Amino acid sequence: MSSQTAIQPDKTNPNRQPVSQTQWRRAWRRLKRNKPAMFGLCVLIALVFSSIFAGWIAPHDPYEQDLLMRFKPIGTEGHPLGTDGFGRDILSRLLHGSRISLVVGLSSVSLGLVFGVTLGLIAGYYPKVDNLIMRIIDIMLAFPGVLLAIAIVAALGPGMWNVVIAIGIWSIPTFARIVRGQVLAVKSKEYVTATQAIGCRDYRILFKHILPNCLAPVIVYATMRIASSIMSTATLSFLGLGAQPPIPEWGAMIAEGRSFLYNAPHIATVPGLAIMIVVFGFNLLGDGLRDALDPNMTDV
Amino acid sequence: MLMYIQRRLLMLVPVLLGISIVVFMVMHLAPGDPAEILAGPTATASDIAALRLKLGLDDPVYVQYWRFLSNALRGDLGDSLQSGETVTTMLGTRFPNTLALATASMIVAAVVGLTAGVISAIKKGSFFDSLSMIGALLGISLPSFWLGLMFMLVFAVQLRWLPVAGYNGQWWTITGVKQLALPAVTLGIGTAALIARITRSSVLEVLKEDYVRTARAKGLSQFKAIGKHVLRNALIPVTTVMGINFGALLGGTVVTESVFAINGVGRMMVRAITSRDFPVVQGCVLLVASTFVLINLLVDIIYAVLDPRIRYD
Repeated sequence: MSSQTAIQPDKTNPNRQPVSQTQWRRAWRRLKRNKPAMFGLCVLIALVFSSIFAGWIAPHDPYEQDLLMRFKPIGTEGHPLGTDGFGRDILSRLLHGSRISLVVGLSSVSLGLVFGVTLGLIAGYYPKVDNLIMRIIDIMLAFPGVLLAIAIVAALGPGMWNVVIAIGIWSIPTFARIVRGQVLAVKSKEYVTATQAIGCRDYRILFKHILPNCLAPVIVYATMRIASSIMSTATLSFLGLGAQPPIPEWGAMIAEGRSFLYNAPHIATVPGLAIMIVVFGFNLLGDGLRDALDPNMTDV
Repeated sequence: MLMYIQRRLLMLVPVLLGISIVVFMVMHLAPGDPAEILAGPTATASDIAALRLKLGLDDPVYVQYWRFLSNALRGDLGDSLQSGETVTTMLGTRFPNTLALATASMIVAAVVGLTAGVISAIKKGSFFDSLSMIGALLGISLPSFWLGLMFMLVFAVQLRWLPVAGYNGQWWTITGVKQLALPAVTLGIGTAALIARITRSSVLEVLKEDYVRTARAKGLSQFKAIGKHVLRNALIPVTTVMGINFGALLGGTVVTESVFAINGVGRMMVRAITSRDFPVVQGCVLLVASTFVLINLLVDIIYAVLDPRIRYD
């Protein structure tokens, strides 16, 4: 049976691997019981919802200025979260900003994931290049915190997409490390030897047989990483290195509200709370996923 | 042990070289001709050509890198394009402020994180435990720049307990301590959260050990058993995390310094990026990354000394 599946790329039958199916299903059952993680999932769904439907549910145009309605506090009629220094509706800006946060979070993490996972697979599977790749990874990890991202933005120049690239590159090393460690653990397993013995090509072994068995920690880390990417993007925008005004990016909104901290503190407070809730949600979900996917806790 | 330290010191060389290559590339991968950026918008084509020659930008990249490296090793990181000051002098006056901020944050983080972590572990499942663990997750989820603004709003603007911003560079004076208080708490809270989580799980792990049960069985009070037997062993991984995070705090100072207008390396770097003052950016990144690597090395060595069970082969 395996020779057939080994030759044909199997796209039509996703239920081919009953064992891994039940593993994921079991993890999902465990995750469902985890209330904080479910809260995190709700936050994620709300974020996705608001970023898709921002154009419909936002009461105003996020860029529309109304100089007669400046600095209106929270609870003003027509402006539930108040207005900013240009009389723009904060709720509308927040909703449109959620789209930016989600897109930036997802795209930078995807960038880091694709390159990081590939590098990790190669480093773990081919001992010849392992040392070289891991030394490069070490160098990338030698930059503390967001410093590497900041250095890359310094080279590319400030701007939203440059921040995505910078944060994406900054995410590569950790993904690579996690995957490499997993590959090293998995590659001596019998089923890998078996696929080698029946003559599978390397890329097929790597992507079809090794990768699926390395995914659990990658998923956990990716979830947490989206949280930190959203936070780093906001940070860089706050510093003036990311999204430039008048883009309703949450960090940039906080930077704009900074000058009015005394008279209209809600301008800076509201987007900060939004960042906190979203990041908190992703972290809760990531924690829950880790508990759900941790093989040490398997109840069999 | 000596062999281990020697080997680690040797491994430092390629990493530092790598950092210098990355930093060098920051300038050279930048879109546009560096000479054009340096010469400014009003420069003529011949000005730019003269500058290219002066800066040696027409040389092959490896020649340029070698020049950058050998100058850097001699402590010459070039001059600021904005002020004309040497980058080394600029770093020299600002680095102590950054170091003071990072150290103060680490003290805050260690005190808060260790206390919360140990109590949570001992009282596992209690109200305090859930509260501090939710608090720890919130602490990791808070954007530090926003938290800084909120602290500023509450403690400086509304309550007027502490100064709004600025730092006089003298942490040993009362004014200096007051000025550092808000930035240190702002920067330290995320690390405190991390330390609390790791301390909790590490203490819980050790509490399960047989020797702790023995200590309790031979009549040692809970307090003594924890102080003498649990903490000693539980704190080993915590020390590493603290060490590594001290380096990470150095990276975090970039943000906190900008919020609180502290004249440190981080704020200088952000300003230099927006004004495209490349020598300054290079100097800042080089200094912070090298310090981070050195601190990590030190942490690893301390780790090996603290825990003789660990063998690095």
